[in-house]
Amino acid sequence: MPMKIGERSFDNRVKQGIDNTFMRDAVSSAQARFQSNKAKAEEQLGHWEEWRELSEEIRAHTLENLDFYLEQLSENVTKNGGHVFFASTGEEANDYVKKIAQEKKAKKVIKAKSMVTEEISMNEAFESVGCEVIESDLGEYILQLDDHDPPSHIVTPALHKNKEQIRETFANLKGYEKTSKPEELAQFAREQLREEFLTADIGVTGCNFAVAESGSVALVTNEGNARLSTTIPKTHIAVMGMERIVPTWEELEVLVTMLCRSAVGQKLTSYVTGLSGPREEGDLDGPEEFHLVIVDNGRSNILGTAFQSALHCIRCAACINVCPVYRHVGGHSYGSIYPGPIGAVLTPLLEGYDDHKDLPYASSLCAACTDACPVKIPLHELLIEHRKVITEQEKMTTLSERFAMKGFGMLASSPALFHMAEQAAPAMMSPFTKNGKIESGPGPLKDWTNVRDFPVPEKESFRKWFQNRGKEES
Amino acid sequence: MAKGTVQNQDAFLQNIADKLGRERRSEGVKRPQYKHSPQHDILRGATIKEMVEVLKEQCLAIHTDVKESSKADLENVLEEVMKEYGADKAVAWDDPRFTEYGLESFLQRPNMTIWGSGPDEDNIRITEQAEAGITFADYTLAESGTVVLMNGGGRGQSVSLLPTYYIAIIPYSTIVPRITQAAGEIHRRVEKGERIPSCINFISGPSNSADIEMNLVVGVHGPVRACYILVDDM
Repeated sequence: MPMKIGERSFDNRVKQGIDNTFMRDAVSSAQARFQSNKAKAEEQLGHWEEWRELSEEIRAHTLENLDFYLEQLSENVTKNGGHVFFASTGEEANDYVKKIAQEKKAKKVIKAKSMVTEEISMNEAFESVGCEVIESDLGEYILQLDDHDPPSHIVTPALHKNKEQIRETFANLKGYEKTSKPEELAQFAREQLREEFLTADIGVTGCNFAVAESGSVALVTNEGNARLSTTIPKTHIAVMGMERIVPTWEELEVLVTMLCRSAVGQKLTSYVTGLSGPREEGDLDGPEEFHLVIVDNGRSNILGTAFQSALHCIRCAACINVCPVYRHVGGHSYGSIYPGPIGAVLTPLLEGYDDHKDLPYASSLCAACTDACPVKIPLHELLIEHRKVITEQEKMTTLSERFAMKGFGMLASSPALFHMAEQAAPAMMSPFTKNGKIESGPGPLKDWTNVRDFPVPEKESFRKWFQNRGKEES
Repeated sequence: MAKGTVQNQDAFLQNIADKLGRERRSEGVKRPQYKHSPQHDILRGATIKEMVEVLKEQCLAIHTDVKESSKADLENVLEEVMKEYGADKAVAWDDPRFTEYGLESFLQRPNMTIWGSGPDEDNIRITEQAEAGITFADYTLAESGTVVLMNGGGRGQSVSLLPTYYIAIIPYSTIVPRITQAAGEIHRRVEKGERIPSCINFISGPSNSADIEMNLVVGVHGPVRACYILVDDM
């Protein structure tokens, strides 16, 4: 699945989201739960602002010295006996893993959840060389079975699905016969996937954080699927976005603390696993071969720009979980595997504005995202920055908006014209007026009146009113 | 271990340096003196007894059973847990602490396998079929209810992962306040130039998922139940 999901326009996606009442209920109750769990975790930890400042400092320092730390990481991975591939593009990364699959004559790849492999469509690359690819995260497994339905949340990807839909999917495709109880559904997935783990040739995982000093990859999970993917198959390929790195284990533990609490309100997830190279002599499990694929895919273009702090993201989804826009339109509306505020910031940076210029406007700029971010990314300010770029440089605002702004500029530059327009407005709008409101406006007003009414222009202008008021008082 | 290969490194890193608008940095980068260090204040100066209480409380939150035992009684407590779980087939680490804690006869029980005692490939197969996996903890984190396992050799990472139930024996002497102390220890080993195990696990209770309608399901791909046996060895 590429980063961009679906071909429908932003407005159509939003409409479909708003019309999906199950999804909206699910999202709003999930948000409430996520928020209260995080609030509790913050309180238990204490000194939350100090933790945030420390985390921000760690991320900023690491990104400022990214070339240094990546070199150190690479040196240590190879010292541990692992192989490192630096991929400038998704295509280069995919070509590399295809080559490994072919060399190993691999038939089956088992995957633990990884956003960067979704971003670069790595599953399709494996499939193109004859590998079956199986997603092992419960949510991802459900989506994969259901005809590759895209994820709608970066931590709980199947948030938009209800248990009855999941039961049906399991029944239709895997002969499942039990009820829609989550325990029974999960038990079934456990049984189905155990066999796959035992027979897979390659395990593929993402990387929550790489540790430069020891050449380690840290995986933060609850289900145990990432552990299985890196314990049984003979080959482990870890794929990391190039910014997902910390200097030492001392920084690792701080960011893992923040990730677990911000994502799900846990002190630590059930499994935090540090993997440093392939199995050593005398080990009887773990991969015999380890590959680390470090992916740029547009990230380096963000370095040195006003958006650099977007690369501090640790993918906890706390911003998504507080966003009022996400609550109403759901994850699929963003048309990207990265939804919510961070998605609206990152997606145009990684894929360009052409397909995603609506995203920076999918925000009320209430700044809840910025307050929620454990590494203090000023998300709403970055959204404003995007709008600036779109308006000033890219000239990519909608035609009606440009027309309206240009028209306004012309009128406002001449007092006489402005006065005339002011007087004409009530009459011009009268065909659209009903009960003192405009419910279906023309041209640029249409986007507004589609969702709410617009007040009718006053017959008396402010300046007129002010003049008259002055007369009355004197 | 033969050194691994690296591809495309120089062009990739040079591009990063260019985008950052400076010369490439290959040395001389020092970690900053961070303004805050709140991680060191948690449970600072807590006694073992206090940390045991925090740990037990946290185990309630992570759906983990807790037993307490003396060294002398440990075998009985282990048998009790096995019975409660209805577990018969078990796999244990090849770890001298089992002998130190008087568990020789426990290891002799029928259907007990020691990791590494059979031919290579059999270990995973037997462990996958086992009902219980038993290990000692190397560090135990009071705050999060976490056992830290330094795997390798006779200490297979599969033992805490593949069986239906996981039993961790936790000597009081392994208990530290939180992940800070364990990560700090690993950092010091790396600084001294030691090779750390290729797999280090931080395990906090049984596996779980909230992927279906945000309902917590305990027991997904890893063990479905976990029990910590706290042993006073001080």
